[in-house]
Amino acid sequence: MTTRIVELRQGILKKNDELARGLRERFTAAGVLVLNLVSSPGTGKTAFLERTLRELIARGSRAAALVGDLETDNDARRLAASGAPVRQINTHGICHLEAEMISKHLDGWDLAGLDYLFIENVGNLVCPSSYDLGEKIRVALLSVTEGEDKPLKYPTLFNSADAAVITKIDIAEACSFNRELALGNIGEIRPGIRIFETSAKTGAGIEEWLDYLKAGR
Amino acid sequence: MHELSIVASIVDSVTESIAAWPGARVVEVRLRVGALAAVVEDSLQFCFGIATEGTALDGARLVVKTLPVVMYCGHCAAEVQLAGVQSFRCPRCGEPAGDLRHGRELEIEAIEIEDAPDRAEAAAEVME
Repeated sequence: MTTRIVELRQGILKKNDELARGLRERFTAAGVLVLNLVSSPGTGKTAFLERTLRELIARGSRAAALVGDLETDNDARRLAASGAPVRQINTHGICHLEAEMISKHLDGWDLAGLDYLFIENVGNLVCPSSYDLGEKIRVALLSVTEGEDKPLKYPTLFNSADAAVITKIDIAEACSFNRELALGNIGEIRPGIRIFETSAKTGAGIEEWLDYLKAGR
Repeated sequence: MHELSIVASIVDSVTESIAAWPGARVVEVRLRVGALAAVVEDSLQFCFGIATEGTALDGARLVVKTLPVVMYCGHCAAEVQLAGVQSFRCPRCGEPAGDLRHGRELEIEAIEIEDAPDRAEAAAEVME
């Protein structure tokens, strides 16, 4: 039986990557800064985003959000209370967002009328790292309740992030959170990354985060 | 567990690639996977068996070549290979290394195919 080898040399996620490239061009042309927020379930992505949207809108910025979950539109309803346009993406079992899902949920939105678009990914520290969504900034979030070694356990995500956000610092002491260790571990996996230490509840670190967003535009 | 999505993409790409050889069967699929690609080989193998059932890839072997992480170290002015993914420091000088050059690959390198029996005979006749 004769067989032959056919060289393919092609990216497995080629379709996603091509779609993401198209989205990135669209976002750049529209002048909207797009961020992809990734963390475990329970880190507080939604609370952090609620606070961010509220503060941005109070300052006259135009911000919108897409939020991914397997089921329910609970997060979209929470975020919409900020006054920002919000759309829920239900993945029905898929553990990450893909570029095609983003593309489908942008219909009817005037991107040029936005300053910021936040994409809250499905709570998962593994799979979202493989899927480019066309974002300019990928943000990895980590709460003080999760353990300082999370970046070492999930290096693929932390290494691909452009910024890191530590959430819930208002309860850091109660959790015996070792700040130096956490910052060291993040830096070990992603040297030089910008790190924000925040509390959506007290507003700690939010000003610095908003300045970073403004500078990213 | 996005390995099933990845395997589904592999089946689609390979099926498209062999459209030029009707009836051909895929014997082997060779992948290049970087150490930072966030996929687990066992999981890929398991999903591959399921996702290929009833396709031209049914029964094919999946061969995964894992590639190391390579960073550029500004201090040494050289590309350096990391021993693992727990510390992004240059193994030569110990300085933090942030410039990733390789390690996220997730590619189909090549496939091995077997022509449809009648076509193989036809090819053999032509050869004669």
